[in-house]
Amino acid sequence: MAETALREILGSFVVLAGAFFLFSAGLGVLRMPDAFTRIQAGTKATTLGNLLVMLGVGILHPDWALKLLLVAGFVLITNPVSSHALARAGHFIGIPMAPSTGADALRDDENAKAEKAKAEKAGAENGADRAGDGA
Amino acid sequence: MADVLLKLSGLLIFFGILFSLARLVIGRTIVDRIVAIDMLTVITISLIVLYSHVSGRFIYVDVALVYGVLSFLAVLAVARYLERGL
Repeated sequence: MAETALREILGSFVVLAGAFFLFSAGLGVLRMPDAFTRIQAGTKATTLGNLLVMLGVGILHPDWALKLLLVAGFVLITNPVSSHALARAGHFIGIPMAPSTGADALRDDENAKAEKAKAEKAGAENGADRAGDGA
Repeated sequence: MADVLLKLSGLLIFFGILFSLARLVIGRTIVDRIVAIDMLTVITISLIVLYSHVSGRFIYVDVALVYGVLSFLAVLAVARYLERGL
C-alpha cells in the first residue's frame, strides 16, 4: 500500500517536471526574437517535456510501459526531423533573422558552392577555347 | 497529493498551449505559424497520454500515437511545399 502511494507521488512529480518543460517551451516560442530561435526553443523543450510526461505516466502505470516507450521513441525520432526540414525551408525562402545573429553557416556554404561551380564553368570554357586554337 | 500535482501540471500545460496559440495568431511569418502548430501537436500528445492516466483508459495511448504520426506528416508536407512547391 505504501509502495503504491510512493509510486503515485513520484510519477506525479515527473509528470509535473515534464509539464514545466512544456510550459517553458510555450514561453520560448512566444518570446524569442525570430523564427529560427523559435524553432530551437519550441522543438527541444517540447521533446524533453514529452519524454518526461511519458516517463511519469510509465511510473504511474508500469503495465503500459511498452506502448509509452513506443510513443516516446517516435517523438524522439520525428521531432528533430520535422524541425530540421522546417528550418531548412525557412532559410531557403529567406525568412529574416534577428539583427543579433552572429553566423550563418548554411549561407556561407551555399555561396562557396556557387563560386566553385562558376570557376569550374569558366575553366571549362577556357580549355575549350585553347583546344579550338590548337585545331 | 498526487491529485494536486496532476492538476498543477495540467495548469502548466494549459499555459503552454495558450502561449503557442498566441504565437500562432500573431505569427508574422509562415514558419512561425508552422512551428506553433508543430509544438501544439507535441503538447497535445502529452496531454492525451496524461488524460489516459486520469480517465484510466489504455486505448487513448493508441490515439496519441496515431495523432503523432499524422501531425508529423503534416509538418513535413508543409516544409516540402515551402522549399520546392507541391
